[in-house]
Amino acid sequence: MENDKHYDICEENIFSSGHQACPGCGQALAFRYVLNTLGPDTIAVVPPSCAAIISGPQPYSSMRIPVYQTTLESSAASASGIKRALKSKGKDHIQAIAIAGDGGTYDIGFQALSSAAERGEDIIYFCMDNEGYMNTGTQKSSSTPHYAYTTSTPGGKTTMKKNLVEIMAAHQIPYVATATVGYLDDLVNKIKKAKEIKGTRLINILTPCLDGWGLTDSSAVGISRLAVTSGIFPLYEVENGTRYTLNYGADGTPVSEYLKVQRRYRHLQEEQINEIQAEVDLQYSILKRKIACFA
Amino acid sequence: MIKESKAMLLTGNHAVSYGAMLARPNVLPIYPITPQTPIAEKLTELQLNGELEAETITPESEHSAMAACITASLTGVRVFTATASQGLFLMHEMLHYASGARAPIVMANVNRTIGSPWGFWPDQTDSLAQRDTGWIQYYSESAQESLDTVLQAYRTAEQVLLPAMVIHEAFYVSHSLEVVDVPSRTLVDSYLPPFDPELYLDPSINRSWGNVVNQEMFWRHRKALGEAMDQALDVAAKADTEWKELTGRGYELLEAYRCEDAEVLIVTMGSMCGTAREAVDMMRDQGTAAGLLKVRLFRPFPVDMLQNLLKGVPRVMVMDRNFSPGLGGILHQEVKAAVCGMEKAPAVHGFLTGVGGLNVSPALIASLVKRTKLKQADINSIWVGEEDGE
Repeated sequence: MENDKHYDICEENIFSSGHQACPGCGQALAFRYVLNTLGPDTIAVVPPSCAAIISGPQPYSSMRIPVYQTTLESSAASASGIKRALKSKGKDHIQAIAIAGDGGTYDIGFQALSSAAERGEDIIYFCMDNEGYMNTGTQKSSSTPHYAYTTSTPGGKTTMKKNLVEIMAAHQIPYVATATVGYLDDLVNKIKKAKEIKGTRLINILTPCLDGWGLTDSSAVGISRLAVTSGIFPLYEVENGTRYTLNYGADGTPVSEYLKVQRRYRHLQEEQINEIQAEVDLQYSILKRKIACFA
Repeated sequence: MIKESKAMLLTGNHAVSYGAMLARPNVLPIYPITPQTPIAEKLTELQLNGELEAETITPESEHSAMAACITASLTGVRVFTATASQGLFLMHEMLHYASGARAPIVMANVNRTIGSPWGFWPDQTDSLAQRDTGWIQYYSESAQESLDTVLQAYRTAEQVLLPAMVIHEAFYVSHSLEVVDVPSRTLVDSYLPPFDPELYLDPSINRSWGNVVNQEMFWRHRKALGEAMDQALDVAAKADTEWKELTGRGYELLEAYRCEDAEVLIVTMGSMCGTAREAVDMMRDQGTAAGLLKVRLFRPFPVDMLQNLLKGVPRVMVMDRNFSPGLGGILHQEVKAAVCGMEKAPAVHGFLTGVGGLNVSPALIASLVKRTKLKQADINSIWVGEEDGE
């Protein structure tokens, strides 16, 4: 993969400095590119989450667009309400988006999300996936990976990460993609692409939580890249539930390179690392088969 | 298209649908539940026929239906939804979000027993359990009143920026047919102006809502919500008066029916009012000075109005088709609290009548009035079965 690809990001001034994210936060970086690529004709919904903290306490806002904070389980339904109201007023050009965490997406918000996708609501849903309930202090979500430590799984999570992208692809919505802050060119391209499509669109963005994962303040981009090159979090798109495209993928880096730098995996034995390697290899080969199958 | 007012044979639920249609809502997020479903079905039918131009949303739950109602309303358009029982309970969290966001949604609730066990019967506990959610609550006793109240509710809700519930009971009102005067679009348009809020979610306005506040801001916000509720009393009274001027039909917030010199005043809500009216006529004919005080607006609770109407009344008899375990009938509690501190406050008797949808006959009501005259008021609400009046 060419990691040095030239790209040009035309940023609009929607996301401001002075927001309340932790220093070096991966999600804040994602916010910047999501909002600055979408531009001002956007209304956002955020549920209680790190996203809600980053967007700012009343009467301040880090986002120069209208933001409505809904309940944890309602992001997709709330965004639907905005979009339908806009449509009924002839303001269809305004994008209604949701920016939620993985807890608010994979878990408690999933029912509303699945229904919005089934109804084909014309919204863009951004899941800021930091693989746990980080805003409440690192508890397990269904996005937390196998064996990862959280305060609710102190012995390591015994089950695997839910595959949100595949579930959403099974809804046959026009656009589902993974992205991460390690590859901003790819993230921006996907936002631009999603913006031009009508219907339910979802981008699952891996946004490392430095505190929750146990990393230094300057690690967000590097660890995101390792997640991709180790094959743990391949960057791909699924259009209309069938057309798979790989954007950035594994380059042979062993998962141990990714795991060893994170405090949440410090307790792992070699056997468990091997197990994770085998799981990642299997999932990666399945993804490659899907890409080949629909090519 | 309804150009002139016309008489139609409608169930209570369909009357609500026509009321909602005439209000011209832009967005309709609705989830089906017995016995509400005919409201939703009629609306989608009217939409298909081109009589109603609206975006319908068919979400996976009442929770999402209310979530969509709130944001659509905050985006500056009129919304309508309807639910019942468990559906209302699933919405509970969002009901607070709606009033907190000052979204003037109008919702119909069809009173139905709450599980478990499973049942489908008229019982007001579902909506009364939402009394602290910051919603205006109207209780209606007939199809005509439900239609008229939907339109009055929009008028009131949009002026004070609070959501409003129009409530009638399962089957007794929801599925009973009566001749309903369906007003013309012209008449309704002259009564209900388009929803035009000053602030709404839009990039050109660029204002946000809902994120974290400090204690003082929260305090101020709750206080403002309370002031809007207080204001709703006058606004709702005016909305009713003006509706009466246009249609000849007014209902008051508290209706006093044959209350002059009453020795016992029956206080109740919803469909039992119709039965009580008959019982009052019967008792008056037989020389018992009974009267009916119908509570139509339950939130905000018209305390001053109630105290005025109860001046000089020796005995009040509250009938509750609901039950709050640990304290009894909810209206009984509210009336006791409302008369507290009144000079020569009436004795307030409370009966749990019709809980679970039991039939409440005029004869039963007459027997309870007789008991009220003879006995001292019990501090607790008293359970009454169907046979107790015989």
